[in-house]
Amino acid sequence: MALTQSRSTPAWRAGGNWSLRIGLAGFALILLAAIFAPFVTAFDPTAISLTNALQAPSWGHLMGTDHLGRDVFTRVVFAARVDLQIGAIGVALPLIIGTVVGLFAGYYGGWVDAVIGRVVDVVIAFPFLVLVIAIVAMLGPGLINLYIALTVVSWVLYTRIIRAETIALKKREYVLAARNLGFGHLRIMFRHILPNAIAPALVFAMSDFALDVQVGATLSFFGLGAQPPTAEWGLMIAESRSMMLAAPWVVVGPGAAIVVVSLVVSLIGDGLADLVRGLDE
Amino acid sequence: MSEPILRVEGISKTYAPRGLFKGAGLRPALASASFELSKGEILGVVGESGSGKTTLARCVALLERPDAGRIVFKGEELTALSEGVLRKRRRGIQTVFQDPYASLNPRQKIGDVLGEVMLVHGLATREALRDRVAALLDQVGLPATAADAYPKAFSGGQRQRICIARALAAQPDILIADEPVSSLDVSVQAQVINLILDLRDRLGLSVIFIGHDLQLIDFIAPRVLVMLNGEIVETIPADGSIADARHEYTRALMQAVPKLETITG
Repeated sequence: MALTQSRSTPAWRAGGNWSLRIGLAGFALILLAAIFAPFVTAFDPTAISLTNALQAPSWGHLMGTDHLGRDVFTRVVFAARVDLQIGAIGVALPLIIGTVVGLFAGYYGGWVDAVIGRVVDVVIAFPFLVLVIAIVAMLGPGLINLYIALTVVSWVLYTRIIRAETIALKKREYVLAARNLGFGHLRIMFRHILPNAIAPALVFAMSDFALDVQVGATLSFFGLGAQPPTAEWGLMIAESRSMMLAAPWVVVGPGAAIVVVSLVVSLIGDGLADLVRGLDE
Repeated sequence: MSEPILRVEGISKTYAPRGLFKGAGLRPALASASFELSKGEILGVVGESGSGKTTLARCVALLERPDAGRIVFKGEELTALSEGVLRKRRRGIQTVFQDPYASLNPRQKIGDVLGEVMLVHGLATREALRDRVAALLDQVGLPATAADAYPKAFSGGQRQRICIARALAAQPDILIADEPVSSLDVSVQAQVINLILDLRDRLGLSVIFIGHDLQLIDFIAPRVLVMLNGEIVETIPADGSIADARHEYTRALMQAVPKLETITG
């Protein structure tokens, strides 16, 4: 008997998923620039040269120099290392924790779900940014504490997504079949439900990545995230804000970087959403 | 006949209502159902939708715990076992579900679907797995190359064959077929039914075949249970015929089937 081969090629190849292509290409470019930062620029991101302070953009200094004579372009590129790390860790920890918790809540239901649901409600009741700032202020400034705060605040979002998916999927007949076959609960949860529940969480993770980069920059701006002389976009804007009117280039560079990264990651998220819809027909 | 492989004694199931009006107009989905199944027997179960056929199937497979009654499988009372012990016994009673499109994990290749069952229960070694998977696929009339494809490459009838292969991978004694052909094209229904009958002959499986088409069930199964509102209202014995059915509902079911002569006049 011949198999009915599915003739549909993957959506991203056939339909020209330009969101995903542009997003991935842009992200790859930014990532490579961050990794190979010392080869991208000839300057040292923390080398002070007061005689060169506040120079306008030129061929020598593509984005000009700041009040301490540091090359702004160099600092923007090196800052990508910190900001991408904030995005990645700020997404990965909540994604993992939130997914596992949501899986248990949705699968077991009953009192397990009730307890987890109440905790989620409490965390969601707080304004996001206020809670992050409060936690970092309490633990003390620094990137590690920023990661802790981001995790404490945003795991609940993934829990809600995965819980809802799990509740819908556990009534599917392939999950019943897995139970009927005598598979253990963990196997059913992680092998049979999780791979089918994870897609919306991954799509959300992309917008969360952009949000985390912005929150990281915001907290550094307030002096609660990265500490000087580290190059970090929010911190760069904070350090230069008094010169903003006289020398706008000192804030345009890092500001543009935040916008571009957010845009690129949002494009990936959009493209991923299209791709997932295509996979499930 | 020898000791039955399955004895179901008075099982009942009432679904707990949710929400505001708890306990308002509760009707059991299954009321005190009892029957026996011998080795190699095909038992038919027929009834309209909502008659408790699927609840019966899920309770016998212990996918739902009955509220009352006993299920004795190969001399062991399954209803008395803890969830942990029961898990090891589950492979003995397998189910083929109604909707083949929802019955396979879309992210698992067919080879992994079948292989997982045998690995979990230690029924095959990793080295022998590919051959065992190919043998199972062959048994249900699919080529060995199907192992490398995902479910979405297959039609409904092919998927139902894969579901049957998955059930066989567990080396069960009893196969519950819960309306296995209701969602298939008429042209492939016969193929799947014949496959199930053929497997019964070759492997000595006991089969509980559930459906809503009395004539079809009567054709497949010598002994038929007729269900209505969660109760078994009539058992048509192996040596009997639906023409001798006594219960008015069974007679109504028979008359619901249009006959060729009455249409052509």
